[in-house]
Amino acid sequence: MLQGIPSILYFALSGALFTIGAIGVLTRRNGIVVFMCIELMLNGVNLAFISAGDMLNSMDGVIFVFFIMTVAAAEAAIGLAIFVLLFKLKGTVNVDEINLLKG
Amino acid sequence: MTGLSLINPLFQWAVFFAASLLSLFCSLMMVTRRNPIHAALWLIVAFFNLAVIYLTLHAQFIAVAQVIVYSGAIMMLIVFVIMLIHVESDFVRTGRLSGAKIIGAFITVILFLEIGAALYSGGGAPMKAAGPPAGPEQADSVVRVGTVLYGKYLFPFEIASILLLIGIVGAVVLSRRKND
Repeated sequence: MLQGIPSILYFALSGALFTIGAIGVLTRRNGIVVFMCIELMLNGVNLAFISAGDMLNSMDGVIFVFFIMTVAAAEAAIGLAIFVLLFKLKGTVNVDEINLLKG
Repeated sequence: MTGLSLINPLFQWAVFFAASLLSLFCSLMMVTRRNPIHAALWLIVAFFNLAVIYLTLHAQFIAVAQVIVYSGAIMMLIVFVIMLIHVESDFVRTGRLSGAKIIGAFITVILFLEIGAALYSGGGAPMKAAGPPAGPEQADSVVRVGTVLYGKYLFPFEIASILLLIGIVGAVVLSRRKND
């Protein structure tokens, strides 16, 4: 008889999503795509929280994911406003060319 | 347990494999697409697949919030900003897989191997359940989420609302016209 899905598979999927997001952050140079890759990394972490909460039969994982989503929404609003501002200032969102703080 | 556990495990495995492989495929496509709009659309599909995976983990509230908050609000904002600033102009001249990118990707794969090693070494340890198994009276996940959120986590919830208010004010301040 087939058993339920072991939680190690969920953790492996979570790690794989986090890694794909991290590869994107390191290799892509478009600021908005880097931003989307960070969202993907956050989702990998969310999956780890949910699967741990399900495994331990606790609601705390769901609550933590709720707060992570809140922070991600605030971060998206502020971050995209900063990107629009940078584009108005420099005409590009390429993260290699954004060096305003360099002396 | 309630919910999906009553369903045939074969169906559960099929749903899990389809959703997880699709989410991995979509996120890989998201990382490799040149056009930011295509990347955003692939990411939306990946978020929908993650919502399905949350359903297999009995987290109905988070699955719905994932669709509404991530696929709906955040990705709509990102697609809107991509539309505002025509980034198509500068994805043409970047390109070319450089040595630094390959090294960066390789180092990140090492990170994945480290995660795997941590899982492998800690996976054998027995995990104790924090609470009693969910009874029939606790079957509704949303009710349980609300009870915990407005009880034990009421103060963090208020802090989160202040954080969102600061986010709104900050976005307005950042994007307002400078000549007033």
